Amino acid sequence: MSWNILWEHLLLVVAAVACSVVVGLPLGVLAYFYPKLKKLILFVTDVLQTIPSLALLGMIMILIGAGKATVIIGLTLYSLLPVVRNTELGLEEVDPGIKEAARGMGMGRMYRLVRVELPIAFPIVFTGVRIALVNAIGTAVFAASVGGGGLGSIIYRGIRVMNMKLILSGTLSLMAMAVTFDTLMGLIEKRLGRKRRKIKPEQEIERKPTERMKKGYQS
Amino acid sequence: MTLSKIIDGYGASLLRNVGIHLGFVLISVAAGFLLGLVFGILLSRIPKYSKIILPVLSVFNTIPGIVFIGILFLYLGMISLTVVIALSIYAMFPVLKNTFVGLTNVEPQYIEAAKGCGMSPVQALFKVELPLALPTVIGGLRMATIYTVSWAVLAAMIGLGGLGEFIYQGISINENSLILLGAVPAAIVAIILGLLIDRLQKLVTPRGVRKGAKQR
Repeated sequence: MSWNILWEHLLLVVAAVACSVVVGLPLGVLAYFYPKLKKLILFVTDVLQTIPSLALLGMIMILIGAGKATVIIGLTLYSLLPVVRNTELGLEEVDPGIKEAARGMGMGRMYRLVRVELPIAFPIVFTGVRIALVNAIGTAVFAASVGGGGLGSIIYRGIRVMNMKLILSGTLSLMAMAVTFDTLMGLIEKRLGRKRRKIKPEQEIERKPTERMKKGYQS
Repeated sequence: MTLSKIIDGYGASLLRNVGIHLGFVLISVAAGFLLGLVFGILLSRIPKYSKIILPVLSVFNTIPGIVFIGILFLYLGMISLTVVIALSIYAMFPVLKNTFVGLTNVEPQYIEAAKGCGMSPVQALFKVELPLALPTVIGGLRMATIYTVSWAVLAAMIGLGGLGEFIYQGISINENSLILLGAVPAAIVAIILGLLIDRLQKLVTPRGVRKGAKQR
């Protein structure tokens, strides 16, 4: 096994998660702005994640053919739910007092969003991105069956030629990748939380929702 | 291929494969749910080790289902048991984790109160802790089910049928309608099972907790 395949796998995942942030962040903001849209947006993203990976990839393949683009679109759709949900939750959890203060200072809606609400919600959004990334690393295994390459191709080949070493090497590198990213991003997450705490010590109890939300998402 | 041709040619095998797929999912999820519940309860009795156990569990959670199927395939060969065991193990992890988290998140005051009412630890577990943790446990069941529907597609990879059969065939002979024939029912099955479990989750949420959630 070469580094190339690891790199290929990682590239697919990172590209997909980046896309899902680009698409998911505005969707989360929309859901936060318009409570009526919220239900619809969350329902659609939830359904997208429910569709079996290979089925989703197969359907996309029909539209645009086999290849890396198929995998990236599929993984993007998969990663939307955590990003959208955490963006919306994070924005909602911003202390109403702070929102009120921003409005009192005469900030417009978009200005408030960009300068006040999003920065405060950022740690929770980051948690969503982390969950999306770690999930995508696992799901990207399916890429192999629609011509996207990555670590999945090693595992598939291992099963086909009945070579335990190949299967294990693919799996272990996959696990290592997931654990590394989970740990690294977890550390960043902790730091984000701590930094915020330094600014507003009285908010310490208020930071708890981050933990609760993570569990809320997973459960 | 037109729709009627597909139904003529594949109607019977579609029904059969939906059945096989559902069979794999239901058996494995049932087994995985029981295992996860029992292990989760056992682990929650030793919460001291949760700092070690939880990360280990989430590491195992990152193993793709295909690996379980692949490795067992090498040992057991091309039999349904391979898929069922692999998917059961896979389905066990989310349930185990959520059972453990749900039980350890029960506020100590309730357990204390149960003790004060004269309940034995076993009674407290079954009458107080488990009902309070049940919504979280069912959340784990939902994840387990959806993942299992997704990975059961792989049963076809080792020639055991299920909806994956159409998808793999379609991909290899480049026949779009075959891919859809597998993908669309698989998606529908997953969505329906997900909605059913959502309903179940609402049903099992204790009334007091439901009200509390609303007030908050």
